[in-house]
Amino acid sequence: MIAAIVFLPLLGAVIAGFFGRLLGDRGAQIVTSSLLVVSAVLSWITFFGVTGHEGGAYKIHLMTWVLSGALEVDWALRVDTLTAVMLVVVTSVSSLVHIYSAGYMSEDPHIPRFQAYLSLFTFAMLMLVTADNFLQVFFGWEGVGLASYLLIGFWYKKPSANAAAIKAFVVNRVGDFGFALGIFAIFLVFGSLSFDSVFGAAGEQAGKSFEFLGYDVDILTTICLLLFVGCMGKSAQLGLHTWLPDAMEGPTPVSALIHAATMVTAGVFLVARCSPLFEYAPVALEVVTVIGASTAFFAATVGLVQNDIKRVIAYSTCSQLGYMFFAAGVGAYEAAIFHLFTHAFFKALLFLGAGSVIHAMHHEQDMRNMGGTWKYIKFTYAMMWIGNLALAGVPFFAGFYSKDMIIEVAYSAHSGVGNYAFTLGVLAAALTAFYSWRLLFMTFHGEKRWAGHGHDDHHAHGHDDHGHDHGHGHTPHESPLVMTIPLALLAVGAIFSGFFFYDSFVGEHREAFWGGAIFVGAANEVIEHAHHVPGWVKLAPLVATVLGIAIAFWFYILKPRLPVALAKTHKELYAFLLNKWYFDELYNLIFIRGAFLIGRLFWKGGDGRIIDGFGPNGISARVLDVARRAVKLQSGYLYHYAFVMLIGVAALVSWYIYRMGVTP
Amino acid sequence: MTVTALVFYLFAAITVASGFMVISARNPVHSVLFLILAFFNAAGLFLLLGAEFLAMILVIVYVGAVAVLFLFVVMMLDVNFVELRQGFLQYLPVGALIGLILLVELLLVFGSWSVLPEAGNLAAARAPDAATLSNTDALGRILYTQYLLPFQAAGAILLVAMIGAIVLTLRSRPGVKRQKISDQVTRTMETAVEVKKVQPGQGI
Amino acid sequence: MTSSLSTDLVLILPEIILAAGAMALLVLGAFRGEGSAGLVRFGAFGLLIAVLILTACAGTGEKVLGFNDMLVVDGFGSFMKVLVLIGALVAIPMSVDFFRRAATDRFEYPVLILLATVGMMLMISANDLITLYVGLELQSLALYVLAAFLRDDVRSTEAGLKYFVLGALSSGMLLYGCSLIYGFSGTTNFTDLAAGIASLEGQGAGIGLVVGIVFLVAGLAFKVSAVPFHMWTPDVYEGSPTPVTAFFAAAPKVAAMALFLRALTVPFGEIAAQWQQIIIFVSIASMLLGAFAAIGQTNMKRLLAYSSIGHVGYALVGLAAGGEEGIRGVLVYMAIYLVMTLGTFGVLLVMRKDGKAVETIQDFAGLGRSHPWLAFVMAAFMFSLAGIPPLAGFFAKFYVFISAIEQGLYVLSVIGMLASVVSAFYYLRVVKIMYFDAPEGAPLELPFPLASRVVVGVTGFLTVLYFVVPAPLVTAAGAAAKTLLP
Repeated sequence: MIAAIVFLPLLGAVIAGFFGRLLGDRGAQIVTSSLLVVSAVLSWITFFGVTGHEGGAYKIHLMTWVLSGALEVDWALRVDTLTAVMLVVVTSVSSLVHIYSAGYMSEDPHIPRFQAYLSLFTFAMLMLVTADNFLQVFFGWEGVGLASYLLIGFWYKKPSANAAAIKAFVVNRVGDFGFALGIFAIFLVFGSLSFDSVFGAAGEQAGKSFEFLGYDVDILTTICLLLFVGCMGKSAQLGLHTWLPDAMEGPTPVSALIHAATMVTAGVFLVARCSPLFEYAPVALEVVTVIGASTAFFAATVGLVQNDIKRVIAYSTCSQLGYMFFAAGVGAYEAAIFHLFTHAFFKALLFLGAGSVIHAMHHEQDMRNMGGTWKYIKFTYAMMWIGNLALAGVPFFAGFYSKDMIIEVAYSAHSGVGNYAFTLGVLAAALTAFYSWRLLFMTFHGEKRWAGHGHDDHHAHGHDDHGHDHGHGHTPHESPLVMTIPLALLAVGAIFSGFFFYDSFVGEHREAFWGGAIFVGAANEVIEHAHHVPGWVKLAPLVATVLGIAIAFWFYILKPRLPVALAKTHKELYAFLLNKWYFDELYNLIFIRGAFLIGRLFWKGGDGRIIDGFGPNGISARVLDVARRAVKLQSGYLYHYAFVMLIGVAALVSWYIYRMGVTP
Repeated sequence: MTVTALVFYLFAAITVASGFMVISARNPVHSVLFLILAFFNAAGLFLLLGAEFLAMILVIVYVGAVAVLFLFVVMMLDVNFVELRQGFLQYLPVGALIGLILLVELLLVFGSWSVLPEAGNLAAARAPDAATLSNTDALGRILYTQYLLPFQAAGAILLVAMIGAIVLTLRSRPGVKRQKISDQVTRTMETAVEVKKVQPGQGI
Repeated sequence: MTSSLSTDLVLILPEIILAAGAMALLVLGAFRGEGSAGLVRFGAFGLLIAVLILTACAGTGEKVLGFNDMLVVDGFGSFMKVLVLIGALVAIPMSVDFFRRAATDRFEYPVLILLATVGMMLMISANDLITLYVGLELQSLALYVLAAFLRDDVRSTEAGLKYFVLGALSSGMLLYGCSLIYGFSGTTNFTDLAAGIASLEGQGAGIGLVVGIVFLVAGLAFKVSAVPFHMWTPDVYEGSPTPVTAFFAAAPKVAAMALFLRALTVPFGEIAAQWQQIIIFVSIASMLLGAFAAIGQTNMKRLLAYSSIGHVGYALVGLAAGGEEGIRGVLVYMAIYLVMTLGTFGVLLVMRKDGKAVETIQDFAGLGRSHPWLAFVMAAFMFSLAGIPPLAGFFAKFYVFISAIEQGLYVLSVIGMLASVVSAFYYLRVVKIMYFDAPEGAPLELPFPLASRVVVGVTGFLTVLYFVVPAPLVTAAGAAAKTLLP
């Protein structure tokens, strides 16, 4: 069954990819979507089969993949609670996105290709979450990277999409390099890549160190940090986050699937999967916490001022991933995965809802050109409300359970980094609420800014235009059923997934639920403590949220002129936030210009003059000389050939007579 | 004993000498005749070793068939062997040198005569008992038993040679009339005879 | 005499089926006349498939001797036979289009291929110098005829004649070596030879035996076209009809390499130190010549001839290293080489201009634009032949060099790597011409012949995606290598 879950999407991708022309648009959609739905149903069955009772976890050995010396790598599918959770998330969201795409992409000329990419992505993601060894994880890791590249650049005729695709690919390479080094280090230290043997031996390596450039470096810390670099790239954490907002150039269903619900959470998944390693590397965990908390706050601040509806949600994703990481960082992997689980539903809902808005507005993404639309697209409006309520953590919606849990564990860690994370977490909660309702108000309320207006004044800000500005004169219209039904299903998840699964994931039944899929050190009782934090800690995020919503209401409904005035009076701050803390500019200056400079230096001076002069050009001339002589031997005369053979034999015999002598 | 030795050296010397003449004679017909002489002497050597069957086979097959075939071919084809031998002198020094080196080396090898210690036993293990059987008998006994596989494979080689000769040389020429008995037999009256009614006084 | 005739016959059942089938097809062709080529081809194809399945499935890989120890059937033999049969199998359909165009579509071609295959299988199974020689001749004689198959084409007949004369010379050397070995050891049987040499108790064989081995190696080296016994290769490859060349480069080379491995490892394994030097010399010379001499070539078939000389050099590195690892390296190398070579020749056979198969490198100019898929596959073959990761060719080289390094043969390995760098030059030149030069002359004729297209597709797929699952081949080769060693 597990093999079916994993390989059905691949089958769909192959069918849609290679026979798309035969099937036609509708056929490709039906084939891929139905295979995915089957896969999703099977996943839920697996989920209930595996979780909650002892011995539910199992492994399936498919074949031996690499056998080289001590390196022995299998293709195996590992199913435990962690995998099952991820399976459910991936296949559910993916199947809904497949269906949704049928409506959203209806005008696109390359539907089979799109569906094939989506299925391919899903396959790679499933490969990643069912992996039984690090190499297989890496395979899935690169597979989703490839699929993400293909999907971001799906509208390949659009230069900005191409640039974004390349950017995503290159930034991820940086992370993957770390990840690969981590894998090498694991093989070096443990002599194996399979999870069981590495995790089993992790305890023995705790506290051991090796010498590097005169410093004693802890082995496990190094490995964990290297792995975390990979996670940072894939999960868009501070420093390697720059690709995620740009990735919004891809079609919106892609953003929902890859850049909200599944791929970007791979980093969190990996940290949770490697919990047996991280538990023995406290320094690495602190780094994870700090980076996660900083990202949560940073991304939330940037989200405040973005005007592209998808970018706001993208930064929100970035921020929420930060939450997950610092939860993992303080040792509450369960809470991180719980948030991952609920987040997948409401963030996919938000993205798909945004997609519905964009669809309704004829591919307009700039919120400044929207407003007052709620009367026209009431269903979408309701869906966006649900999504935002869940995201902001309003009580009894999904986000409330998971996010508050994270903030509480950060408090109950009682460490320096824990307090840092707690403070930033609460602040970010307020910011989250603010930008979420800003999005709602700007999009759906206020005056209409979309019919027959010029948007010259707004362009003074220099924000890039997305080239989707055709058909502005039309009235917004509600999306077709094929798009709204997935929304409704996700909304169910966004409302109930928190309440329903709270006990299993982080509550009283958590140990039975996880069944050993996540390793928690003996001294690590952070979740237990989190259930007994003081009342004000439990209340803090809620207060922050209400505050955020109130300010947003004040800014955008009561006094719509206020934000503009505020931006004018605090120009520097506004520009700082609008330009995302100048990360892109900084990278451009340091890495890109620097690389070009060094490259030019080596190319002209080093390579051209020194290496080419003495190396290839000189050597290749010699090679040609030798070649000419070698060919001359080949005269075409039979007796020449016979002679060469005889000479050869005579020479060999002479050699032996010389070497061995002739005395008996 | 000395007579045997004398005869051996006689046969051997003539074999080598006529072998040399095969490649050095000016007239190709002479070459073939020297070849036949070499075969005869080799047959004599076989006889000395007690291998009378091989000796006879050599005479019958090589002299009686192969060499005679050679003779026919050489006489029928008007090949200018003098021209063919143009390059001979040019390469003689190198060729002679290589030949000499190999010869000296091989003599040295035979001079050292380092046989495996087990060689005698190994050779005896698979050979039939020469004392009780005649030569032909002994060959026949192992040819169809112990060496069945190579013997059959050799047959396959001959088959390939035959196929090769046919593939490379046989041409079906157009315009050659052949008797086809089956066609003749299956002819019926309808295909063979045409009945015409001849009008009186008109002819056909 | 532990075996009876019936058990012996079961051992060579595949060979018997092939030989009997070939004769039946011959009779069929002779009676049906000119128009029977298609039928005979079909029959031969079916026979080969049946025998391939039989060989691949039958036997446990255990070593079984038969025909009074003249023949051996083991895992090693089965592995090599499967490769040979694949080579022969591919050679038949690939030739259809070519010979039809040359108006030489004759039924003898498949029959000769079948008989040559029987010879090769006998070679692979030989456990006696006599079986070895007989198998070798059976194979060679059929190949001589195949080389001259286009009997009205001057180049083809010249190729056949050259191959025949030089082949006869090499057979002479081989036989001389065999007789020396027999003279100095008293036996021609591999098992007995091994026992006799074991009785030396590590003292090393005498000079007579070693010189015998030298002559034996000279004869074998001719068959695998290793330097300095390679001279026939470029001329014969160029002159022979292209499908025949494809066959030459694939199956007989694998068979001769198998023979090489068995004839040195089984009887003379104890005195490996003594013959290792010949192999090292031949290997280095082949790698270097293959790398350098190919650079100046303009004819694709000549280029591939030199390329194959080089590849034999690389494979011999594994033999020089010896041991299970080294032999496994050779087996993996030959398997991958077979696939790459068949694919490359498949590309050559796919491409036709003005009614003829293309031959010169310039014919490939602009292929990248006119036929991107074909160019892509060809580029993959070229990169793979050059040994660039992650293509199959890289792994082939990897395993032989690893085994050599583990045996401490550093000089050999370093020279091998340098040679492969030099050889990358001409492989990449083909790629460069395909993608960066402007097309010349007439466009390629369409449609492409189906059989060759299938071959190119399958081999291309294997070459490009081998790295995904390298384990099965390596495991199989490892198991096969194990059966060769005592």
